Amino acid sequence: MAITGRIWRVSGPVVIADDMRGSQVYEVVDVGEQRLTGEIIALEGDKAVIQVYEDTVGLRVGEPVVGTGEILMVELGPGMVGNIYDGVQRSLITMMDDIGDFLTRGARTHALDREKKWHFTPTVKAGDVVEEGDIIGTVPETGLIEHKVMVPIGLQGTIRNISEGDFTVEETIAILDHKGKESPLKLMQRWPARKPRIYKQRFFPEDLLVTGTRIIDYLFPLALGGKAAIPGGFGTGKTVNLQQMARWSQTHLNIYVGCGERGNEMADVLYSFKKLRDPATDRLLQEKEIFIANTSNMPVVAREISIYLGITMAEYFRDMGYDVLLVADSTSRWAEAMREIGARLEETPGEEGFPTYLGSRLASFYERSGRVTCMGRPERMGSATVIGSVSPPGADFSEPVTQSTLRIIDALYSLDVALANRRHFPTISWLQSYSMYADSVDKWWNRISKDYTDVRNRTLIILQNEADLEEIVRLVGPEALPEDDKLLLLVARMIREDFLMQSAYHPVDTYSPPERSHKMLSTIIRFYDVAKEMAESGMLVSEIAQSKLIPRISRMKDIPHDQIDDYVNSLRTDMDKGLIAEEGGI
Amino acid sequence: MDSVQLFTRQTKAISIAHRSLLIIESIPGIRYNEIVDVQLGTGETRTGQVIEVGKKTTVVQVFGGVSEVDLQNSRVQYKGETLKLPVSPDILGRIFDGSGTPIDGGPPIVAEDYLDINGVPANPASRMPPAEFIETGISAIDGLNVLVRGQKLPIFSGSGLPHNKIAAQILRQAALRGKAEDFAIVFAAIGVSYDDAAYFISNLEETGALSRAIGFINTASSPVIERLSTPRLALTAAEYLAWEQDMHVLVILTDITNYCDALRELAAMRGEIPSRRGYPGYMYTDLASMYERAGRIAGREGSVTILPILTMPDDDITHPIADLTGYITEGQIVLSRGLERKRIYPPIDVFLSLSRMMKEGIGEGNTREDHNNVFMQSYAVYAEGNYLREISTVIGSEALSDRDKVYLSAADRFERTFISQAEHERRSVEETLGIAWNIFSMLHKEDLKLIQEEYIKKYLPEPS
Ligand SMILES: Nc1ncnc2c1ncn2[C@@H]1O[C@H](COP(=O)(O)OP(=O)(O)OP(=O)(O)O)[C@@H](O)[C@H]1O
Ligand SMILES: [Mg+2]
Repeated sequence: MAITGRIWRVSGPVVIADDMRGSQVYEVVDVGEQRLTGEIIALEGDKAVIQVYEDTVGLRVGEPVVGTGEILMVELGPGMVGNIYDGVQRSLITMMDDIGDFLTRGARTHALDREKKWHFTPTVKAGDVVEEGDIIGTVPETGLIEHKVMVPIGLQGTIRNISEGDFTVEETIAILDHKGKESPLKLMQRWPARKPRIYKQRFFPEDLLVTGTRIIDYLFPLALGGKAAIPGGFGTGKTVNLQQMARWSQTHLNIYVGCGERGNEMADVLYSFKKLRDPATDRLLQEKEIFIANTSNMPVVAREISIYLGITMAEYFRDMGYDVLLVADSTSRWAEAMREIGARLEETPGEEGFPTYLGSRLASFYERSGRVTCMGRPERMGSATVIGSVSPPGADFSEPVTQSTLRIIDALYSLDVALANRRHFPTISWLQSYSMYADSVDKWWNRISKDYTDVRNRTLIILQNEADLEEIVRLVGPEALPEDDKLLLLVARMIREDFLMQSAYHPVDTYSPPERSHKMLSTIIRFYDVAKEMAESGMLVSEIAQSKLIPRISRMKDIPHDQIDDYVNSLRTDMDKGLIAEEGGI
Repeated sequence: MDSVQLFTRQTKAISIAHRSLLIIESIPGIRYNEIVDVQLGTGETRTGQVIEVGKKTTVVQVFGGVSEVDLQNSRVQYKGETLKLPVSPDILGRIFDGSGTPIDGGPPIVAEDYLDINGVPANPASRMPPAEFIETGISAIDGLNVLVRGQKLPIFSGSGLPHNKIAAQILRQAALRGKAEDFAIVFAAIGVSYDDAAYFISNLEETGALSRAIGFINTASSPVIERLSTPRLALTAAEYLAWEQDMHVLVILTDITNYCDALRELAAMRGEIPSRRGYPGYMYTDLASMYERAGRIAGREGSVTILPILTMPDDDITHPIADLTGYITEGQIVLSRGLERKRIYPPIDVFLSLSRMMKEGIGEGNTREDHNNVFMQSYAVYAEGNYLREISTVIGSEALSDRDKVYLSAADRFERTFISQAEHERRSVEETLGIAWNIFSMLHKEDLKLIQEEYIKKYLPEPS
């Protein structure tokens, strides 16, 4: 019997109901006559403290609050890929058909379509003994994702009936018999939203997650299963960077969580993913993407849960043996949602009003990333990589959300307002960013080129030297520097403008595969070596700067992927001929 | 919500009146956030809102404060409704106060409908990305920080800077290229001086646009609480015109700083724990609930474009009002005191300014094929020149190389010919791009790294 209580108090998104004895913490309840979705977050005597996932305007004391007996669950099964969900996993596409263009309250939809039939092909047969996590069959969900149907965690036994056919997510595809107790298996399973999914063993990430963004892949590489953050003031490029990663990353599946951000931005992502194609497979990007959109004008409490929804989905696909990337924009809005709920509960606040558990919540979110061996058979590895943006007030990184995040993550892409002002994109600071994965993915890179480590190190040193020289230039001017410093500044500038700068909107340059990135950077470094020799033999840097090779180097970005090899080869050949001198005439 | 009240819901059981709050014994049926009338013993009536409702007590915030409220004679009348705006096509050409009452001497609005001033969030999946270029005729905007339909693009200003002039110029000049369509202007004056409000209205009158405009006026002397409702009334009117009447609506909200200060004042009266500089922790969400009402909806003709204006206290762009706005809007037009001192109008700081919706609105079919390249190259040139200007203040410009000197004068020319223009000058986007190309002609062709060669051939004038 469902527990029915009454509204006792309403304050913002927090409702207190009485007569709720027998409910459980995190139970989902229907609040008020409009049946708004809420979740119990505390119990005191017969009173339940409820956070409501929809606007509470108009609620009255005495309206009913009905328990569902269930905690908040995520529906997992075919039909998620390509879908768009709000924070509580209502399909926004279905809502558009059901209630129109505006999100009126109390609407309900299933996360997974109940009518659609999926073609299921078993990979086990009747009589097979299976355990939790075992793959028992597959469903072609999209052209890019083969959905692996797994025995839900907590179940095991002997397969009784199983057969190939077309099923809805709720129809029984197999019967599992455990010591006489029969459980029907379905394409859909459910998992508590706030609870991490289990795995066998965890490994340190060591394979490059190819993002196609040069400064990331080459200088501050991210690894499959890693955790990273992008802090930056407004307009520095957090969203564009995350969108770029969600577009081009060479993963199996990406999850884009828009948490408390802009509606127009979400529209832009949704439209572009319907048109753009994955470079490796040439399939539409939306075939490998799940969207979660809880924009800043949607209810704050749903922002809080949307992050857990996203990471639970990521873990579920990880458990199939896939490499999954989750990007969350912005974790600061998530933290603010916690702050707002905390204030309504009259909790004692920590720094800047954030709840004292801010750090542990952030940590437990990022900790759900990882490269693991999955539960069940066949043996397989999967990974979930997590990248969160951070929006520090006033671009001041000393604030609590940035600081708590820095303690957790292993790669930092620190965005620089000064670079944004001069439109150097991406604005990832080469002086402040870092990646702890650099050493472990070194092996991966060395399969592309043995020079990688050397080129990377030299580049970082050149950029650091440039920064040091910059202070001197401001005092004495660039002309007063010795020749070798002038050359260094010239090359550093080439690295910045011709390699690090990468427009997300350039038709070719938007995605730079690792081989291409390596060709580009090693060409610049090679130019440095040749130019150094020239300088040593007496040529002035002002003459070197006139070299026709320089504009050719800066055009590398425009060269289509299939022509870049030839282009760079001829550039190198000319460079080795020492053309700097001959063609360098003023 | 019940439309008919069968019994009056009023009470005299006020137990505490403190700051702007009344604590009242609850009566059945009170709705969270509903509006109340507070009738004072003096006969005066004030508006209030239920900000917390419990079984035993209800908390009401009184707009205008609790002075003269006495616990014996004052009465609270619950209205059962949130604040609503009566709408009909007749609202065009009308002027209202911050409670939605006409103040232009005209007749009351015969309502077709009553709309909740808080609006309803658009389904993100129903939105259409803004992409239509609005030509404002101002080079610093059209060339480098393009405004598109459905965008929210604020002006970050400082006291004494000509933000009103610029906003009025945009209102006067803004048009879609080659199209005359149904458009409307909604203007919300929030706590501004009477003169500022009058400036906009007379501007609209002069251009004959007043019949296509709606004003909501809350001047500095109007009730503070209505600073919160004024922009919401304006946005509700805008949404009505856009989504129900298929119009393209440009909304001016000025001054958001007054709005935020009112928000802070009321939060403090409730005894809330403040966040940065005393502003409430939910200010981001609160501002977003307004700014996010801009946009386009797939399958609907109209659009809502919002131009909020704010004055940055102390010219500080990291101040929470500017900062949180920048975190929500799709870019910002930032005015610079430095340029103003150089007598450059409009004094738009193009480095701090940004339009995030630009890429969809420019290029072939929208503006011109070379627009994106010109945009990027302009920034590169101006940034370089600006940097050299900085170091030359220490080392003197003689110490620069010849190449560097060219950049230095390019930056000057950029400010004097590109950014600067007359208040009544309307430049086409071709003229704007042409000015940029003239500046590029000062440089070596090889330095135009960010422009495709075919455009250089096509558009670069011979060096003068
Ligand atoms: N890689 C890039 N290539 C080209 N332009 C970029 C790139 N990154 C950012 N930009 C430009 O910078 C603008 C701001 O970027 P973005 O919207 O990602 O900022 P943000 O950090 O997410 O800001 P906010 O915190 O306000 O959401 C973009 O609209 C775009 O014009
Ligand atoms: Mg962003």
